[in-house]
Amino acid sequence: MKKTQSLSGALTVAIFLFVGVASAQSPKGKSGVFALTNATLETVTKGTIANGTVVISGGKITAAGTNIQIPAGAEVINCNGMKIYPGMIDAGTKIGLVEVGSIPQGTDERESGEIIPQMKALTAVNPNATVIPVTRISGVTTAITMPEGGLLPGTAALINLHGYTPDQMFAGFEGVILNFPNTGRRGFGDRRTEEELKKASEKALVQLNDVWDKAMQYSKLDSATAGKGVGYYPELQALVPVIRGERALMIEVNAQKDIQAALKWVQEKKVKRVIFTGVSEGWREAENIAKANIPVIAGPVIAIPNRDYDRYDAQYANPGLMRKAGVRVAIRSGEEGNGNYRNLPYHAGFAVAYGMSKEDALRAVTIVPAEILGVSDQMGSIEVGKTANLFVCDGDIFETKTQVSHVFVAGWKMPMQSRQTLLYDEFLKREPGLTK
Amino acid sequence: MKMKNILLLLVTFSILTSGNAQTEKGTVLIKNGTVLTITKGTLANSDILIKDGKISQVGKGLTVPEGTRVIDATGLFVMPGIIDAHSHIALDQINEGTNAITPEVYTGDVLNPFQVSIYRALAGGCSVSHALHGSANSIGGQSQTIKHRWGTYDADALKMEGAPRTIKFALGENPTGHGRRDGVQPQTRMGVEFVIRKAFSEAKEYSARWDAYNKAKVVKGFRGAPPAYSLRMQTLADILKGEIILHCHSYRADEIQMMLKVTKDFGIKRLVFQHTNEGFKVAPEIAAAGAMASVFADWWQYKLEVYFSTAYNAAILVRNGVLTSINSDSPDLIRHLYHEAAKTQKYGGLNDDEALSLITINPAKQLGVENRVGSIEVGKDGDIAIFRNHPLSIYAVPQYTLVDGLVRFDREKDPADMRIMVDPKQTDEVTTIYEIGHGYDFCMQDASLLFEAVTGENK
Repeated sequence: MKKTQSLSGALTVAIFLFVGVASAQSPKGKSGVFALTNATLETVTKGTIANGTVVISGGKITAAGTNIQIPAGAEVINCNGMKIYPGMIDAGTKIGLVEVGSIPQGTDERESGEIIPQMKALTAVNPNATVIPVTRISGVTTAITMPEGGLLPGTAALINLHGYTPDQMFAGFEGVILNFPNTGRRGFGDRRTEEELKKASEKALVQLNDVWDKAMQYSKLDSATAGKGVGYYPELQALVPVIRGERALMIEVNAQKDIQAALKWVQEKKVKRVIFTGVSEGWREAENIAKANIPVIAGPVIAIPNRDYDRYDAQYANPGLMRKAGVRVAIRSGEEGNGNYRNLPYHAGFAVAYGMSKEDALRAVTIVPAEILGVSDQMGSIEVGKTANLFVCDGDIFETKTQVSHVFVAGWKMPMQSRQTLLYDEFLKREPGLTK
Repeated sequence: MKMKNILLLLVTFSILTSGNAQTEKGTVLIKNGTVLTITKGTLANSDILIKDGKISQVGKGLTVPEGTRVIDATGLFVMPGIIDAHSHIALDQINEGTNAITPEVYTGDVLNPFQVSIYRALAGGCSVSHALHGSANSIGGQSQTIKHRWGTYDADALKMEGAPRTIKFALGENPTGHGRRDGVQPQTRMGVEFVIRKAFSEAKEYSARWDAYNKAKVVKGFRGAPPAYSLRMQTLADILKGEIILHCHSYRADEIQMMLKVTKDFGIKRLVFQHTNEGFKVAPEIAAAGAMASVFADWWQYKLEVYFSTAYNAAILVRNGVLTSINSDSPDLIRHLYHEAAKTQKYGGLNDDEALSLITINPAKQLGVENRVGSIEVGKDGDIAIFRNHPLSIYAVPQYTLVDGLVRFDREKDPADMRIMVDPKQTDEVTTIYEIGHGYDFCMQDASLLFEAVTGENK
């Protein structure tokens, strides 16, 4: 009897503990009607609104501004003067494709083959990748995830950072990646001579022109046969939407000479929808990029200059200089080496410290990438009718110490936890400590 | 020309070239800044007088003789020069990966004062770094604490005079991967422990032989040869004697605890863990042993042994009483360690002094140079970084960096091209597209080259 009593006592304690932990933070997202009150709204497109309210319902922003009627039954979150920003968009990541960088079994971003635009990133996105919550709780709600490798390594996809299947995560944009023939060295490990670099890029350009011309022909044949009877040519078929301007060509290009060559190539081939990515020497060709009216997804910003004789802050200043010349500039983190896409606001912040305006830098991680990717009707600002991708934080989101307190992805209120916060919770005061 | 004149000319020339930067010190008054002393609080509208390279006065309304350089720091933030306890800049080689044990080599022999990365570190407020050997082998090379005296042509002038000797050890994937490729020990974490214990045990025997010989040889009538000299064994013996600070590349909690036990067994007291990504899991053990930790602010995911990392690592270590620094291990991060330190405010809520200590006085202690650098105090070296905006703000922009009282970085005045040696083989068009982080592993630089040379493989 005594034994049973103590057992049931222990059980009660155990249940209490379990419930206590579970109610503290469910690992699941929560949907419903939410009213975020008493906030400063950084709408991006409609200025800053003090003492504002945002209402989220059915995954959308249904109201934003002052004097907002709070719907009955809404879960009210008093923001106590904190800021609400639209979710940031990192338009150049490996999210979901890389779990552990150095292990072949932990990576899915690089398929065999030089010309394989038919490889779809969305196919290999792991919705349960550890990096997803790590990134999300810092306010990055949406990301381009992209394959890497040879000349045409595959098709990138825009995903929201919540969902249990790639389809649930898909956010409405896919683009074919072209690594433009590159005359620059790739990092410290690249020991090719200048002659070898030149030959490799010339060879790649021949390959590129060859496949492009074939894809043009394929597109014509495909039109002539109303999509029938041309045969199975997966590479060419993947390029057809690009040829027709239905899908963007995302051209990774960095060195000045290569930017010049890419500008010329795009014009010659009359490519209809082009985005330049990387563009680390964009400041050297800013006027020409602006003239060609090609939008840019630049980054990493916090990076070493490409040339020994470049000013030390060349990469920090790059987005601001391009913007000044009239280029449409989005900023990406480019931090795939460390899975630190959560640092996107710091890349924007460094751009500000070295010359870009705060407004432009904020636009560069929100509405500008949304526009470039053709999804600005759905995201990139706090506006009624848009998908409820947004977050609440206690200050300027570019400032390093700013804390994000709530994140919504497509209207889902996400738990503010990741493996990294769980490790903090467990180990700040480890139990047992030094004793066994 | 007479012989005497030639000699005189030679002597003059040698004084001009070799003595030059080593003895070059500056005198300067930094006026009216917000002074972040780190150890003695923050002083509003205060001045710092640096005389012949040393801080001679800190206070208000200091005056100097006419002609002394004055930097107006009104509205600016003045902090001690930033210190990086883990870097590989200014080195021509990083790894001597030919053996699991190479304590006989020394990065001080391969310093390169012409690497523009030195200037770029200054442009991020960093005045001192630890030019570490790499992590290809369990017992790597001796390393050198350097001052960023950009402008000198003399490699030796980079060396921080009087800085204690240091050495690099490495645990985990890098040395075991190397062993696997070469078909030798260590190929596991068990092997790493054994390789280190064996080396120290042999060094103890070596020491005993020499001690016996030294004792015997003073006895009258002694006849006999000294034991064979080995720089490898002698260096290990010097570690056992406490003459060398041991910096140990490590990631996982288990290997950190292993190293704590090994160093305890061999009586080694001065131990700094480098990287220490899972240090947070064994923070009480590290603190109890009096060991220290030098960590990344937020790097993870690039390999299995960093997969279970957290950006809260530094804060957990600090809160558990471990003396902690934030390091770069990268020619990029070394340029913004102030930003890396600020991340501990987001991840764990460290206050300003705690966060700034991670890149100043704490790394100074880990390198054994805290009596010289790491805080703004009278008597310390005139190594100063001056910022527009608080250094922990994202909008911080370093304006000047001083080393020994000399302005080595001046944002307004410096031209874009700061090279002091131009590679004649390099054309202006050569660009390098750098990747962030461990897409390229600086700790393993040269090791892969060696691997290619040995195996003929190119990967």
